[in-house]
Amino acid sequence: MFAELLQYLFAGLTSGAIYALAGLGFAIIYNASHVINFAQGEFIMIGGMATSMMVAAGLPLPLAIALAVVVTMMVGVALEKFAIEPARNSDVVTIIIITIGASIFLRGLAQVVWDKEFHSLPAFSGETPINVAGATLMPQSIWVVGISVLVIVALWWFFNRTLFGKAMLATSFNRLAAQLMGIGVKKVLMVSFALSALLGAVGGIVVTPITFTNYEAGIMLGLKGFSAAVLGGLGNGLGAIVGGLVVGIAEALASGYLSSAYKDAVAFVIILFVLFFLPNGLFGKKGTDRV
Amino acid sequence: MWKTARIGGLAALATILALAPLGFPNAYFYDVAVKALFNAVVCVGLNLLIGYAGQISLGHAGFFALGAYGSAILTSTYKVAPLPAMLISAAAVGLLAYLVGRPILKLKGHYLAMATLGIGIIIHIVLKTEARITGGPDGMSVDPFSLMGFTMMGDRMWYWAAAGLLVLTVWLSLNLIDSPVGRALRAVHGSEVGAEVVGVDTSSYKVMVFVVSAVFASLVGSLFAHKDGFITPDIGSFFRSVEFVVMVVLGGMASTFGSVIGAVILTLLPQVLTFVEDYEAMVLGGIMMGMMIFLPKGLLPAVVSQFRKRGAAR
Amino acid sequence: MRSLVKWGVAACAVFAAGTFAGTAQAADTIKIGAFLSVTGPASFLGEPEKKTLEMYVDRLNKDGGVRGKKVELIHYDDAGAPDKAVTFAKRLIQNDNVDIIIGGTTTGTSMAAIKVVEPAGVPFISLAGGIDIIDPVKKWVFKTPHTDRMAAEKVFLDMKKKGISKVAMISEDAGFGKSGHDQSLKVAPIYGIQIVADEVYSPKDPDVTAQLTKIKNTAGVQAVFNFGFGQGPAIVTKNFKQLGMSVPLYQSHGVASKDFIKLAGEAAEGIRLPAAGLVVAEQLGATDPQKPVVTAFKKEYEAAFKSDVSTFAGHAYDGLQIALAAILRAGSTDKEKVRAEIEKTSGYVGTGGLVSMSPEDHMGLSLSAFRMVEVKKGDWVLAD
Repeated sequence: MFAELLQYLFAGLTSGAIYALAGLGFAIIYNASHVINFAQGEFIMIGGMATSMMVAAGLPLPLAIALAVVVTMMVGVALEKFAIEPARNSDVVTIIIITIGASIFLRGLAQVVWDKEFHSLPAFSGETPINVAGATLMPQSIWVVGISVLVIVALWWFFNRTLFGKAMLATSFNRLAAQLMGIGVKKVLMVSFALSALLGAVGGIVVTPITFTNYEAGIMLGLKGFSAAVLGGLGNGLGAIVGGLVVGIAEALASGYLSSAYKDAVAFVIILFVLFFLPNGLFGKKGTDRV
Repeated sequence: MWKTARIGGLAALATILALAPLGFPNAYFYDVAVKALFNAVVCVGLNLLIGYAGQISLGHAGFFALGAYGSAILTSTYKVAPLPAMLISAAAVGLLAYLVGRPILKLKGHYLAMATLGIGIIIHIVLKTEARITGGPDGMSVDPFSLMGFTMMGDRMWYWAAAGLLVLTVWLSLNLIDSPVGRALRAVHGSEVGAEVVGVDTSSYKVMVFVVSAVFASLVGSLFAHKDGFITPDIGSFFRSVEFVVMVVLGGMASTFGSVIGAVILTLLPQVLTFVEDYEAMVLGGIMMGMMIFLPKGLLPAVVSQFRKRGAAR
Repeated sequence: MRSLVKWGVAACAVFAAGTFAGTAQAADTIKIGAFLSVTGPASFLGEPEKKTLEMYVDRLNKDGGVRGKKVELIHYDDAGAPDKAVTFAKRLIQNDNVDIIIGGTTTGTSMAAIKVVEPAGVPFISLAGGIDIIDPVKKWVFKTPHTDRMAAEKVFLDMKKKGISKVAMISEDAGFGKSGHDQSLKVAPIYGIQIVADEVYSPKDPDVTAQLTKIKNTAGVQAVFNFGFGQGPAIVTKNFKQLGMSVPLYQSHGVASKDFIKLAGEAAEGIRLPAAGLVVAEQLGATDPQKPVVTAFKKEYEAAFKSDVSTFAGHAYDGLQIALAAILRAGSTDKEKVRAEIEKTSGYVGTGGLVSMSPEDHMGLSLSAFRMVEVKKGDWVLAD
């Protein structure tokens, strides 16, 4: 009985950590620009695909990872420079459509540059399941969770302990005031895209041994990541993590105890329910409307 | 001035719709045109919500699919005639939109986007899972549309029906925008708090527009089901919802004719782009990005302002 | 404004040029139309199908065509969306005036296109698995792949031989898996199989251990049967191993490509599934009539595309061969004659098996076309 519950929780933890990593990327860009980047899932896809294609071509894993991260960050910066920056003063909806266009473009690019098949990576530390009180967990799941924790700590340090991080945070609170204080808002925007591309790439790489990847892998991860970020409260990194875990664990418990056909629906019902009572998500700031 | 522009626009739309078939050599062209017009009707409705009331919805394909399945199930399983089946489905969708609209339209911006997205996805999952009623992911057949012994057959007939429907929808939408309701809506878009202060019951207006746009989507969904004769749950997928929003924004938010143009362009593009084959997604994404970067207000408003500038210079 | 008008005119011209291009061809070509899911969730089926058709039509033209006529292939990507399939089917028939249509990668797109193809009276060979496509028989509609019902029957037959009677099903809740699941439930009683657990997952789920745990804790499960394609079955296989489940795991014909073994890795060892002879080409007996056909196709495909052949590519190959043979026998591209000749296809040895159609059977494959294979040391091994 307990082993069963524990197994469901492990399953939820694995998917939840994946969603959380995806959600974090949304949170960072939202913080700096109040833009929801619907191409975030494509960053994840590019990270995973680039690494597995390079490994297949014979590169050692660490080098492939490093190169893939750099490639993804370049894509992120290019997206900001050539698509977001010129439209900086447009409506939020306009910018959303630009990022949707970018996600379609990047998927199209990936299927031309690479292919349409599924690819995998070897698990970082073997495939021997770890047995805990009758339930099993794959070592790669621990990697995913561990990397998520590491990322959160690093982000906290960056935003609270470095000058540039503080500048980014200041920009998210009040762009004009930040600008008047001499903060380069353009630079902040660019760094936020580079950072979330980095996050996406890292996420894509650690989850590929579990979920595999192909040129369309970013769609689902992007959708779940967006859900996690909104559930947690937009712009709140911790919220995105909690949101991701809630979605993942709700899905696992729902398929274990209710119906696997309706597990995704259960996750969305929970999100709707939370938003009815907490219209700014679990940890969101309460916004005040200006007249 | 506003009135004449409106009548002029409607007359132009009707003329274009009447003359367009002269350039259609075969039924395939009619088929694409009908699909463009169907999308246009949905977008005109959705534009009331997005463009005028300033509320986003990423779940309208769900309402479209409910209309389609409502008609399909009522006509095939329960032997209801197509017209009442369509109206019953639309009423049910309207009621559903009202029930979910009341709580979720209190949400703002991305939270509203999330909530509508969730509703769309839940509808999609239900349609996919309840296979005994809906036929499951592989879809179900739908009988042709018939009314008092007269059956809608062939793409030409559908074209004229869809064209008539679009003119009617545009006319309704223009009237709604120009009514006190429309002015209240624009106030909601401008500043919700401000509108409330001057006595506009913002939430009930928002819910009303939400319901109207959902009913439009449902009606078109029903017609689409009868026209294609076969539907799968994917017509209610998240991508279709996004597609509708993109059509509205691309054509020009808060512009009824802009929505029509956006819908037509986005329906035609995949047909035109077949020759680029593997590069289709890249080109499509590139066009979307480019248009939004260079024409952030949408296609029609950009054209209109160009026109005005020229006029002023003269 | 003027420049915008110019752009508009140019766009219309491109549209017209793009769509009229098909009609301007000379009448002495044989036109084969295809709508395939080259992108979208079924892209790894549609892509090899497209590549196969292109390669063989090219080769045919280099060898002088069919009865001196060039063969022209016109293909569109429906992205797995049935309403797009309907539009493209209309385009092929009305605008491109094709003589025959091959395609419909998925059951959904095929079923939707039938609504257009049947009244228009164009021979149509579908490449999808669903039994609904040819049952009940439709005058103009044929298909080349085995049905999902046959796959289920083959698996249950194998289980019965091993004395297994209580089976847990786990299937994908999208088209292929769902349809296979429904057919499995239908035929299970015929083989004395009882389905004691029935779970589903979404095609893109990262983890299915929750569903498998439920199965693991169901009393009396003697085997697990997974119906799905894409990465799902590989994740099921890995999670199955992770949970240390010891009962036999059966997969459907949807995973019969080398990619599955690559993805699932060691966890794939010992898995059994029904597959066409194509995946075990080299192991077929020397007297097997399928041997020369499948070994040749496999060699040609893998040489041309540097990737492992899949049975889906084989479906397209079979479809094309059956179509061309029928056109040859008919002596013209008259649609009624070609249709009648396709229906008379008899003893054609394809990658899927021996095909003999009749007015009552528009697929023409028997259960023997499936072979039970098992994964051993990272490769398919013939198991019966």
